[in-house]
Amino acid sequence: MIQAGVIGVGQTNYDSKRRDVSMAGLVREAIDKAMLAADIEWDAVDAVILGKAPDMFEGVVMPELYLADAIGAVGKPVLRVHTAGSVGGSTAVIAASHVCSGQFKTVLTVTFEKQSESNATWALSPRYPYSPHINAGAGGYFAPFIREYIRRHKPPEHIGWKVAAKDRQNALKNPLAHLQIPGIDEKMVSDTPMLWEPLRYLESCPSSDGACAMVITSKDTVGPRKVAWIKGMAVRSEGTLSAGRDEVNPQGGIDCAKDIYQQAGILNPREEIDCAEIYVPFSWYEPMWLENLGFCELGEGWKLTEQGATALNGDMPINMSGGVLSSNPIGASGMIRFGEAALQVMGLAEDHQIKDAKIAMGHAYGGAAQFFAMWIVSSSPD
Amino acid sequence: MKKVAVVGYAQHKILPNAGALNEVELIMPVVHKVFKDLGISQDDIGFTCSGSCDYLQGAAFAFVEGLSAIQTSPPIKESHVEMDAAWALYESMLKIKMGDADTALIYGFGKSSPGNLDSIISLQMDPYYISPLWPDRISLAALQAQILLQKKIITHDEMMATVIEARNNAANNPNALLTDDISEDLYRADSLISSPLRGFDCPPISDGASAMVIASEDKAFDFTDNPIWIEGIDHSIESSNLGSRDLATSPTIQTAIDNLKLENINFDVAELHTQFSHEVPFLRKLLNLSNIPTNLSGGPLVGNVMMCAGLDAIGKTFQSLANDQLDHGLAHASSGPCLQHNMVVHLERHK
Repeated sequence: MIQAGVIGVGQTNYDSKRRDVSMAGLVREAIDKAMLAADIEWDAVDAVILGKAPDMFEGVVMPELYLADAIGAVGKPVLRVHTAGSVGGSTAVIAASHVCSGQFKTVLTVTFEKQSESNATWALSPRYPYSPHINAGAGGYFAPFIREYIRRHKPPEHIGWKVAAKDRQNALKNPLAHLQIPGIDEKMVSDTPMLWEPLRYLESCPSSDGACAMVITSKDTVGPRKVAWIKGMAVRSEGTLSAGRDEVNPQGGIDCAKDIYQQAGILNPREEIDCAEIYVPFSWYEPMWLENLGFCELGEGWKLTEQGATALNGDMPINMSGGVLSSNPIGASGMIRFGEAALQVMGLAEDHQIKDAKIAMGHAYGGAAQFFAMWIVSSSPD
Repeated sequence: MKKVAVVGYAQHKILPNAGALNEVELIMPVVHKVFKDLGISQDDIGFTCSGSCDYLQGAAFAFVEGLSAIQTSPPIKESHVEMDAAWALYESMLKIKMGDADTALIYGFGKSSPGNLDSIISLQMDPYYISPLWPDRISLAALQAQILLQKKIITHDEMMATVIEARNNAANNPNALLTDDISEDLYRADSLISSPLRGFDCPPISDGASAMVIASEDKAFDFTDNPIWIEGIDHSIESSNLGSRDLATSPTIQTAIDNLKLENINFDVAELHTQFSHEVPFLRKLLNLSNIPTNLSGGPLVGNVMMCAGLDAIGKTFQSLANDQLDHGLAHASSGPCLQHNMVVHLERHK
């Protein structure tokens, strides 16, 4: 397999309504930044891989057609990925597969969501024939899984508040983050209204407009650039209603993590991974995924959060950028995790940089906690 | 890089209105069929990829339901393109070439009957300037047909001959939706929908699903003595701005001709993802297929399952090579208005 690395990451600033740009303008903003960071011109781009969550979020069917010009794909192969909330991560994996297959030298990948064009909770609550209409949105869907986690492991109530406050404190060090809440703390979170027991308003992700792009290239075309080397990448899926499925600790997440650790030669993720960007759209998913990803034993995840291990100055920093809790352009949210992991090992994460980060993880999940995409990036090719 | 072969393909009978038969119930039989033909199960599949369009089902994340048609416990390596499943094949091929899998299952599905396909396809256009005008898919295709006629690249008679031939060929395709013969008189009597396109020039609203299995050179012979190799595959897209395109030609087809060195190959058969009659003579001329049997299945004019018809062109070509002992086949898949995005596949049976 041909070794590939990220040589440029570009992100828009995230906001609830980016009325200053069209959809095309939004994706191009991220692409221009990624190509500037990678120091490449258009003739170096061999293929473009576009990802986003459902077309109903904007009302544009198969938008790679409309966006062909804006994403610089005219005359080139373009692929459009849609794997629910995990799509930003899956898109990065598929983009890298273009390079690792030996078919392409350099690819551009971009993901976006312009949630202000539509109403995500409407689009997230499909009405099927012969099925009860839940109209729950994502929070209503995931809250029962979280309640089950709490029933199993008896963590204290404030863990969710702590994650929500920590990620928003990190966001204050990331000028691109959507939510900038000066003075945010656990009390402020706990004072907000209950939305879906046990999730309060500030324990939920926002709805954001934004885009994230990356340039991925093969080892022999890297040149003198800074690189985040892809050491392992994988996807896993499981059926929504598979018999025996554990929605709280899905087997797909466990398998996907083991796969990338094996590819990267990681035996002890907590020791060997310097920091991770994990898809946490609702506060309690931080401890839930820490366990699912093997950073600790089952039932111990909330203790890492409690001890401050996942804070910027902890020994296992999680979501240094502020995470999905601070910026959530759904289709791009997974790629932001992958791109932020790359920025950390490239040493380009500025105010939210973890000192000497050499190995970082990007993680995304989607659907009914059933689609997973992950990668490990390293500052070293070896 | 590993070579990749098509080893199995199954297609659901194309239906005008599948009614209460849902997408899962369309996918399951074809996946089971292709597995049964090869004597394998999902456990033998290294990567799974599907193609579909949420809007056809009228629900975001509709593709997720499709997974209920296959075994996902234990969890599988899987992905989905919101494109014709021909591009799911493309992604799967990359996974095999990089060594991430040795086998892949590809499936595509679509039910156009419950919704309004004209409205849905309108939403593929620029959402700020064009979609609000609700240009329907037939009117957009008619623009290209009109230009091709005016520039004398094709003729009305060629369009008519295409329709008549498609119906004749459909007689040999047990899955075809439209099999009634059409006479020249009947064709000429058909009313115009959007000039110059008559009803017969347009594909029928169709429901269905198809599945394909591909394998690396290491595995292909475990499944069949007669793998059909993907010798070449190339795709690219044109501008979304119809005004900036020359609709009388196709730079993306020309790119595929160059990249795959098609001029050196003597094709025995071709299947084109041509939804409208004028597209057949147009592409046959561009691809130098005028004397090559084309769309022996009848093509999309006799059954056009959205998000699947491109994969079907590849599957039908595979079947022609495998069953009729032919050597070279050309398959084409497309996406977008006026053949905006084109894929060309060169399949080969090694003697």
